Amino acid sequence: MHVVRNWLIRGVLVIALTIAPADSRAQNMPDSIDLDSLVQFYEKVSFDHAKHIGLSKDCSVCHHHTTGTPTEDANCIRCHKNSAATAVVACTACHSAQPFSAETIKKNKSNVKSYHKDMPGLKGAYHQSCGGCHARDGGPTGCQDCHPRKKSGDAFYHAGEYAPKTPKNGKSRGR
Amino acid sequence: MKRRDFLKAWMICGASTTFGITRNAWGGASFEGYPERMGVLVDLTRCVGCRSCEAACNKEQQLPAPSAPFDDLSVFDRKRRPTEKAYTVINRYETTKAGGPVYRKIQCNHCNEPGCLSSCLVNAYTKTQEGAVIYNPKVCIGCRACMVACPFNIPGYSYSSAFNPLVKKCVFCYDTRLKNGKSPACVEICPQETLTFGHLNDLIKIGHERIREMPDKYIDHIYGEKEVGGTGWIYLSGVPFDKVGFDTTLGNEPIISNVKEFLGLIPMVLAIWPALFTGFHLLSTRNNNDPSKQGDSHSYREDAKP
Repeated sequence: MHVVRNWLIRGVLVIALTIAPADSRAQNMPDSIDLDSLVQFYEKVSFDHAKHIGLSKDCSVCHHHTTGTPTEDANCIRCHKNSAATAVVACTACHSAQPFSAETIKKNKSNVKSYHKDMPGLKGAYHQSCGGCHARDGGPTGCQDCHPRKKSGDAFYHAGEYAPKTPKNGKSRGR
Repeated sequence: MKRRDFLKAWMICGASTTFGITRNAWGGASFEGYPERMGVLVDLTRCVGCRSCEAACNKEQQLPAPSAPFDDLSVFDRKRRPTEKAYTVINRYETTKAGGPVYRKIQCNHCNEPGCLSSCLVNAYTKTQEGAVIYNPKVCIGCRACMVACPFNIPGYSYSSAFNPLVKKCVFCYDTRLKNGKSPACVEICPQETLTFGHLNDLIKIGHERIREMPDKYIDHIYGEKEVGGTGWIYLSGVPFDKVGFDTTLGNEPIISNVKEFLGLIPMVLAIWPALFTGFHLLSTRNNNDPSKQGDSHSYREDAKP
């Protein structure tokens, strides 16, 4: 009995180890990432990382040069032609969640040798990076297609149950 | 402000100008703005017209509820301008450029040398060292001179108020955010980072850098870098600026340059004319001192005495 069970476990392990790299290509690569920086007004986004890897193939489309795959952007290649993979590749590692806080602005200003002075914040990076492909390749582009609005968001936008009582004209077209 | 205080201030101003105390005050054409002033770089190529900035402005400035939800895109069917109920609005422009329509945010541009400030006869406006053009609604008398003077048609007016109508406009969220080092509410909410907040001098450099790195994407011009003496909110666009509602005929001279020589005369007129006409009056009535006519001009001469 023990022999059969051990063989079964080994078999499962072998199959798992063979399939897993094909799906996520390296260790510590998440198949799904929760994006929750807009939870004040929106539900969090469960970003299907594995699906986007399949759609895009080229990591540098989103990760620039940080994963070690060469970027094709002429402006990046000038310096990053031979850049190796970086230790951390998460968006949050470089893109600040508070890009315009007094501390961030002060820090950027004091770092006079920094080249990337025009780095978008986290929210800007997500939307600029996602929006371009989604518009071009037929992905979702409406606000609520990716992150449905919470009740607090409806109140903020004066929409849904918080909509003005007598709409002037036209119907509400939630994005 | 009381009428008496107002007239007193006006007379003091006139006298001091006449006697040359503040001669340099209206000769300051070389003012290049406060060095630490903040600004916003608006990149029209990024805006998707979600109207989140309008919603954020409405909440931050505690403006009245809108007539339509902020996710109602039918408002783009007509061109709008800022009003007492909305200090910022987005307009949509159909262009021939591939990639759909272009959206343009409108709000006060916070000029380095504001026309509104120059035109305000009760000095309600202030250009703060943080870069905001703010105003004191307690001083405003609702004369609307600033609405005429503004080259961008920004100030709104509370036409709805029958007894105390005032001018209303974007104040860069000065009281609630900017003076505490925070970006305006619209900048914070913008999902696309169409709005970049920072020191104005840095933003001008960033704008030119974006143009240099992506020459095919941008028109080689930053609107507001030089227009009317430079503005605190500056713009990048992928289509010619006049195609998306910008006035490209304003020139680079501050609004005050058009009028400051003329305006400089007004206090002098106020100071000199009373003395001048009193002199004329005394001259024309001097003959009445003739003793032979004393009898019938007595009461008149009494009145003419200073």
